[in-house]
Amino acid sequence: MHPILAQLRRLLLYLLGWIPLAGMLTYLLAVPGGLSWLEATTVAFVLCLLYAFVCLAAWYPCQATPLEQSGLSRFLFTHVAGALVASGLWLFAARILGRMLASLDDYRGIDTRLTKDFPLLFATGVLLYLLAVGFHYVLLAVEASREAEARVMQASVLAREAELRALKAQVNPHFLFNSLNSISALTTSDAPKAREMCILLGDFLRRTLGLGEKAAIPLEEEISLIHAFLAVEKIRYGARLQMEEKIDPEALDAQVPPLLLQPLVENAVGHGIANLVEGGWIRLAAERRDGELSIVVENLFDPEAPPRRKSGVGLANVRQRLEARYGNRAKFATSVDGSCFRVAISLPAESKERVP
Amino acid sequence: MTSDTSKKIRTLIVDDEDLARQVLREFLSAHPEIEIVAECANGFEAVKCATELEPDLLFLDIQMPKLDGFEVLELIGANRAVVFVTAYDAFAIRAFEVHAVDYLLKPIGAERFNAALERAKERLSGKLQTAPLPAMELAASARPPSQYLDRIPVRDGTSVFIIPVAKLDYAEAQDDYVALASGGKKHLKQQTISSLEAALDPSRFLRIHRSCIVNLERVVKIEPFGKDTHVAVLAGGTQLPVSRAGHARLRAFLDR
Repeated sequence: MHPILAQLRRLLLYLLGWIPLAGMLTYLLAVPGGLSWLEATTVAFVLCLLYAFVCLAAWYPCQATPLEQSGLSRFLFTHVAGALVASGLWLFAARILGRMLASLDDYRGIDTRLTKDFPLLFATGVLLYLLAVGFHYVLLAVEASREAEARVMQASVLAREAELRALKAQVNPHFLFNSLNSISALTTSDAPKAREMCILLGDFLRRTLGLGEKAAIPLEEEISLIHAFLAVEKIRYGARLQMEEKIDPEALDAQVPPLLLQPLVENAVGHGIANLVEGGWIRLAAERRDGELSIVVENLFDPEAPPRRKSGVGLANVRQRLEARYGNRAKFATSVDGSCFRVAISLPAESKERVP
Repeated sequence: MTSDTSKKIRTLIVDDEDLARQVLREFLSAHPEIEIVAECANGFEAVKCATELEPDLLFLDIQMPKLDGFEVLELIGANRAVVFVTAYDAFAIRAFEVHAVDYLLKPIGAERFNAALERAKERLSGKLQTAPLPAMELAASARPPSQYLDRIPVRDGTSVFIIPVAKLDYAEAQDDYVALASGGKKHLKQQTISSLEAALDPSRFLRIHRSCIVNLERVVKIEPFGKDTHVAVLAGGTQLPVSRAGHARLRAFLDR
């Protein structure tokens, strides 16, 4: 739909814009054109009203010939041809108008006098059409930038939603159910240990609670969250669960989205260690180099383990959040090497003051 | 139930977490009619113990190393009472489809546990009747739709083999069993060929004969055999019978 015809208000504004043009045409027809003022005014206003609508048609060739993508020859040909056709139509209309007016007393003989002004009218028609072409290109540019703005808005809303959804999904309720079951077991066999596990679980949950509202936390805080998580899991899995860490001290104050690594470690426990009869290790490594923070989470797993439900959802969440937040400045890759599963992440190492 | 030792309910606990087994053991200790015959921490052990010790009742975790609870049940047969114990409610429907007596959610309460045990006793004494169906048929029917097998567990005595379906060459019906051919070896499994067919991805496996399913990747050529029938020749030279209907299906597949 034509953007000007789409709204009555816009159409009226557009027609208003033609009034000065009609005024100029009146002057042209009266002074160099040799018509009386009454004749010139009538002819100019009727023709301009008509031509206003003819010029609206320039929208379509403009749309079909985008400025950036069309060659110069095609651009010139399209619009010059358009101008000639439009102006030709205009002359034809002027001729009919002249004949109609000639039958009235006040305008007797106008048709022959108007015919002498045809070259003038034709040139004006061509110029006005080209003016309309320029006007429509401005219109197109405005519309494109408005669309781009809307797209950016929409993208940021989507990213935010994805982030919230991801955060909600992360503290896995089954982790809670299993932990409560362990506590229930310990209450009769080892009450102090049951109490210890309650406290560890409470500590972990409290740490995760406030995180949803934060945009970023230092890596150090995320790692201590992982420690709280593993302290609980360690009671469940006992010696089956071993954690190894290699953290570059310089990486500790780098900012990361909260709960970015915890789901990866949870995944490593649930899909790796939980399937190994003898258990195994999880390795966490982080280093900061050339403004990049790279983090690797590796774990042993059983390639022949029974298929588990929901595998990969945690990973997909982490990938999505990285994408939403850093775009292509972050990398996320998973790989399998024998019975070792590896997730490698890299993201821009931002310090506290640069994070909004 | 009497306190007579011979009448005790022989019970097996299967869970990979020590503490989870501990809760079950504690709850069971309140019932003198229960005898815990063994505790297992993974699927392989569970199949071994269930086969050797023939328990009446199993408390079975679902997500475990080696084999999941459904695979364990599929291998040991359904002639015993099974109570699933898991933190995941998502398996409940599948559990009842394989005729589990009950489905307990962790953390387990004593009251709920006792109710499950009561149901198990009713089942064992024959009060709670369910149509006896071979476990394998059930396992096939209980598979979530649109999700085909990616591995087939088979049992030979007390040991378990896992055949990834990509390594399954063909399957042949033999009385009540199917013979699963993989890498030159054959493994017998108590299952009908139709239920196996239903569990395999139809874009990779095709029923070419009343008694035969073939892995399409292994088929090298089809040769005429007798008047109306054909044989399919596999990569290793094995020849399999192809019925008329099977031939039409196979042709349609190969022509695609």
